[in-house]
Amino acid sequence: MILRHLPALQVVIPLIAAPACVLLRHPALAWGFSLVVSLVTLAVAILLLVRVMTDGVLSYALGSWAAPWGIEYRVDPVNAFVLLIVAGIGALVLLFAKASVEKEIPRERVSLFYSAYLLCLTGSLGIAITGDAFNLFVFLEISSLSSYILISQGRDRRALTAAFQYLTMGTIGATFFVIGVGLLYMMTGTLNMMDLSQRLPEVATTRTVRAAFAFLTVGIGLKLALFPLHLWLPNAYTYAPSVVTAFLAATATKVAVYVLLRFFFTVFGADFIFRTFPLDEFLMVLAFAGILVASTVALFQPNVKRLLAYSSVAQIGYMILGISFVSATGLTGGVVHLFNHAIMKGGLFLALGCIAYRVGSTEITDLEGIGTEMPWTAGAFVVGGLGLIGIPLTAGFISKWYLILAAIEQGYWHAAAVVVIGSLLAALYVWRVVEVMYFRPRPPGRAPVMEAPLSMLLPTWVFMALTLYFGSNTQLTVGVARQAAIFLLRGAS
Amino acid sequence: MQRVLDLYNYWIVIFLMMVGFFIVIAHGNLVKKVVGLNIFQTSVFILYISMGKILGGTAPIIESGFTVYSNPLPHVLILTAIVVGVATAALGLALIVRIREAYGTIEEDEILMLDDAP
Repeated sequence: MILRHLPALQVVIPLIAAPACVLLRHPALAWGFSLVVSLVTLAVAILLLVRVMTDGVLSYALGSWAAPWGIEYRVDPVNAFVLLIVAGIGALVLLFAKASVEKEIPRERVSLFYSAYLLCLTGSLGIAITGDAFNLFVFLEISSLSSYILISQGRDRRALTAAFQYLTMGTIGATFFVIGVGLLYMMTGTLNMMDLSQRLPEVATTRTVRAAFAFLTVGIGLKLALFPLHLWLPNAYTYAPSVVTAFLAATATKVAVYVLLRFFFTVFGADFIFRTFPLDEFLMVLAFAGILVASTVALFQPNVKRLLAYSSVAQIGYMILGISFVSATGLTGGVVHLFNHAIMKGGLFLALGCIAYRVGSTEITDLEGIGTEMPWTAGAFVVGGLGLIGIPLTAGFISKWYLILAAIEQGYWHAAAVVVIGSLLAALYVWRVVEVMYFRPRPPGRAPVMEAPLSMLLPTWVFMALTLYFGSNTQLTVGVARQAAIFLLRGAS
Repeated sequence: MQRVLDLYNYWIVIFLMMVGFFIVIAHGNLVKKVVGLNIFQTSVFILYISMGKILGGTAPIIESGFTVYSNPLPHVLILTAIVVGVATAALGLALIVRIREAYGTIEEDEILMLDDAP
């Protein structure tokens, strides 16, 4: 009985838990409660994925209002996978959060912090699960508003300006998105994505629909930090609390990539996007620029958190590159990278969280000699770094392998070259950090530091173990991603 | 010419949209930026609301003597969007209060200078 309501529970559980969390004033209690909630959410996501893989697409009419009129939650292979990523990372990061949050957030604000975290989780899950374009906007704003709050909790005062900057750009992005949805509604009279996809071909040549498409693309582009709309991202990631950076880096932009995929392939259909518009070439150029420019900028960052933030912009470039191939292999590479990058970056930012916990800084010069003093943390950073570069036997290799395969399949040699150059640049910026951590002695002025507590190391290493596991066993990731890619290319039919 | 003027609601929308967007980009005062964002969002509200209006249409309540009704759905949608707009403005202003406490100013260029100084 309750299984029938799984799609609704996926969103409702964290949504109701968030205000309840405010009432728990005790920090440890609030943390325990949030952790339980996130684990239940993860269990729901796993059940949903299993059910979708066996029974096919699940449709859930919210409040029993039938689909084109009421809000429909629709779970297919693509978003079941995204739900699993978001819920899984939400739970793992919370496991890590206790010690880190106690150190970085004032005691009286901890329960409020967790409640904002749960709201952010709700928003991301809602974006992924809903089949209604306007409902998606509402969830987008739930996750965005709570993430502005989370970012502003950083200890540096620049966290405030970073949050404000993100608020302006995020709101512009979301408003562009609503304009696009409004124009689509004007032409079709529906907001349901499946319904939209069936009614759009009739009016596909009108200027209104093209304008809608342009607004939607730019709006979502702002949210996913598509180069050159990424300007909010480096500051937001650098000054946010460690836990928030890890969570946002691993989920927020990934969900936005999913929205892009959903609108491109399900709502508009590949034919409209890539035949009527030469958008594939345009996206490819942006992806190239993102990979090359952001990786180069990352090389010169004095702060490791900022370095990884720029690396995130570059990694988003790889996902967009995968989309721009418009082929099964390319999309598989893009979707698999969405997953692999989420676990690698999540783990890397958690490792940085361990360093921030002990050293109190993530400036590269403060990391000298960490390699011997915090061997497990530094080791985790190395594994994640190898994944970013794309060394065989790490998850990063798998996604780059599929991207290069797709490039060669279509004869795009320049795309393959960009992937390789991007990896070389990644090797350089990862090496910079590794060199400082292992081959420089501890500066005489700094007090010795201890290894991070087990409660922080464990989640960090779970991410790293996953990075290694999915680097050798690709059955789950590539299997699901391939199914998702085929599903997307088939369109809404 | 008549065709252009008949679409006056869209002209208002576009005008407000551009005014709001311009304020967000051009003004360094953070409060003005929030106001600009609000104007920008309001233009979208008008876009939706005027979209649902049908000339001669009445409120969608079944009553004898009326056959033409306006579409209530865009109006309902915009209620939600208004709430979102209010929340965004409130959060933006709250952040500005905190920024003022931390920096002693709400001018963007002065904040940038203060951050670069140390």
